[in-house]
Amino acid sequence: MSSLKGSPALAGVSRRGVLKGATALGTAALVTPWGTPLRAQPKHGGTLRVGMAHGSTTDAMDPGSWEADFMIFQAHTRNNYLTEIATDGSLVPELAESWEASPDARVWTFNVREGVDYHSGHRLVAEDVIASIDHHRGEDSTSAAKPIVEDIVDMKADGMNVIITLANGNADFPFVLSDYHLPILPAKDGKIDPETRDGCGPFRIVDLEFGVGARYERHDGYWKSGLPYIDAIEQFVIHDDAARQNALISGEVNYIDTVDLNTVSLLGRAAGIEILSVTGTQHYGLPMDTRAAPFDDVNVRQALKYAINRQQLVDTILNGYGSLGNDHPIGPGQRFFNTDLPQKELDPDKSKFHLKQAGLDSLSVDIHLADAAFAGAIDAGVLFSESAASAGISLNVVREPNDGYWSNVWMQKPFVGTYWGGRPTEDWMFATAYADGVPWNETYWSHDRFNELLVSARSELDENLRREMYFEMQQLVSDEGGIIIPMFAAYVGAYSDTLVKPDQVASNWRNDGHRIGERWWFA
Amino acid sequence: MSHIVNMILKRIALGILTLFVVSLIIFLATELLPGNFAQEILGQSATPETVAALRRQLGLDQPMHVRYAIWLTDVLRGDFGESLANGMAVSELIGRRLGNTLYLALYAAAIAVPLSLALGILAALLRNSFFDRFANASALTSISFPEFFVAYILIFLLAGAGGAFPSMANFRGDPSFGEFLYRAFLPALTLTLVVTAHMMRMTRAAIINLLASPYIEMAHLKGMNPMRVIVKHALPNALAPIINVIALNLAYLITGVVVVEVVFVYPGLGQLMVDSVAARDMPVVQGVALVFAAAYVFLNLAADVLATLSNPRLVHGR
Repeated sequence: MSSLKGSPALAGVSRRGVLKGATALGTAALVTPWGTPLRAQPKHGGTLRVGMAHGSTTDAMDPGSWEADFMIFQAHTRNNYLTEIATDGSLVPELAESWEASPDARVWTFNVREGVDYHSGHRLVAEDVIASIDHHRGEDSTSAAKPIVEDIVDMKADGMNVIITLANGNADFPFVLSDYHLPILPAKDGKIDPETRDGCGPFRIVDLEFGVGARYERHDGYWKSGLPYIDAIEQFVIHDDAARQNALISGEVNYIDTVDLNTVSLLGRAAGIEILSVTGTQHYGLPMDTRAAPFDDVNVRQALKYAINRQQLVDTILNGYGSLGNDHPIGPGQRFFNTDLPQKELDPDKSKFHLKQAGLDSLSVDIHLADAAFAGAIDAGVLFSESAASAGISLNVVREPNDGYWSNVWMQKPFVGTYWGGRPTEDWMFATAYADGVPWNETYWSHDRFNELLVSARSELDENLRREMYFEMQQLVSDEGGIIIPMFAAYVGAYSDTLVKPDQVASNWRNDGHRIGERWWFA
Repeated sequence: MSHIVNMILKRIALGILTLFVVSLIIFLATELLPGNFAQEILGQSATPETVAALRRQLGLDQPMHVRYAIWLTDVLRGDFGESLANGMAVSELIGRRLGNTLYLALYAAAIAVPLSLALGILAALLRNSFFDRFANASALTSISFPEFFVAYILIFLLAGAGGAFPSMANFRGDPSFGEFLYRAFLPALTLTLVVTAHMMRMTRAAIINLLASPYIEMAHLKGMNPMRVIVKHALPNALAPIINVIALNLAYLITGVVVVEVVFVYPGLGQLMVDSVAARDMPVVQGVALVFAAAYVFLNLAADVLATLSNPRLVHGR
């Protein structure tokens, strides 16, 4: 077996090293002009009270069902994963101390950490890892994570090693194991209890009521020494934007995960409140069904791509909290982001040129939108239809109900809106929504060259070759793909200045990768 | 008195029939909604395979009359089933929320009912005075604003930085009675403002209606104190319509306060209903709908019984 540890992205940076680095930086950066350090070592203590926008009475403990932020935050607060995405976006070991792959990236050996205890006092063993992943596999699986573990053909334990065999090589497989659906839970007779509230993360659940809130206490036997800094967490579901902001201003909570972008500047002016804005992989898009006329003509798709004013959307829909998208789902912070690709802009002439190529003088299409697709989707559609008019395209915005949007409109109507939280690797994102025939290929796009590159890049271990291939794939999706991705939206939250934000905040998810419980502390 | 007992028994039987019809209508209406539980709960991450597996495991692949029959027989045995989403017993889910909803409704009613009766009586007594006009105008103003707007205004004035009351009524664990009164004060006040106008104006109108009657004129001619005329002579005869309006408003306080729950983050039945409908979680939707319908049936029954008792001509039937 050749080791993959040499590649920078998979480098086994020790957690302590990362922390030490971050703290040193923090102290250096925060020396006040008169020379006294403003901030010392992180302090222990305090109760973190979090207000969250998304949580429902219909949430459930089963990890396969997690979708709302409330449960994903719960997941990272209560649980640990085999691997962890560090604040700089690199992959670091968590419950897997190290890993190795066979040269074809098909057989992976994970060395499970010794001496890790669950809240219940049980000790972590390799069988727990197998059972935790197994829960999402198989015919009867109802797990949202089923597609990402489908490639696993065999798992076996050897002491504290777990050997996982895949059907096809996947150089990014350790990234997959950081997915929030795959926490490591205690196994009994080779199965996990999906209803369990046990875990080996930094906090244990005191009580939890779906759609209402939860309380957590520090797990004293946590294996990451010195962590967490915070003693207890109270988590509340606060659906209403104004109620959430009021709760923060009046001190009922000291962190809120979502801020209404229309009022964010007002909130930022309130005393003692800081805004947290992180742009990562979350993006908003307008997918077209590439099988349906007129979108089956690549020129029509291109005409539409040049008829949208991206800067205007970022400025008005996101109130500036985001960045321009270039019709492919890879974010600027990612490893293989294509820096050579020119940024598409509103260009009525180019748009008209492509229409002519398609043999059309004018174009009239419907776009089906609801704010369920992303906040501000309908407004974005109206802005789009105005800029499209300048290119001779008449775009009619059809307002759809939020209720049932994902089952009745998305992937049903030919031109709709969508959002993606994004995926930490290029392969994962492309394989989820762009590969031929996968269930979430929302544009029904099928491109031979792209699919060929996707498969060969996945098992390619040479960094430069991979970069070349991912560059070309981004180009293909951007030019010929079926989706318009006008903007990458920042995760915008806010916190009271009694809390200390580390100098680097993860961008893979909201809430510092949903790990503020473990990474933040009180001043 | 026996015909009152008869009436109550007949009304209870009718009430049970009503509940049955309601459950049937709710079931059919939820079936008519596009999408199904498996699709809604898996949301954007639904794949055809997982949707099929989930439907199979929950028995949703059976025809709808079979599912309704199963649900009905379980309910008749006192088993309201389990939430499709997280397997929690519906009775437990509802029980916790129902307590919260009832506490808040009682809290609001304890302020609103005496307040609107007093205001209504005073307005009748001082009709067409400045006080009457002012009370009417402010009550109508507060009922005309949407609830969430009233709620935001109260938060702005009474909570927020330096405010006396918390903007979030959410409490974890078991609060003391005093703590509950303090935390739930703003939602209770909002609801009071919303329901007062209706009850106050009905009280005023019912009393003024009677003031033209000969027996009231007689009382005035005897030189009786106007306040006494209204409270002793007019009010008892005006009770029936007032009781009916109070009952309707109490039912509203139990069933219609989801907006106030959301703004003040109060975990009541309304939010449970909204979440369950959005996910098509049938057993929970049915359970909550039955509770709401039962509240209406019971309060209407209580109102009719009290109105009958308040009228001697009905109590001592010939």
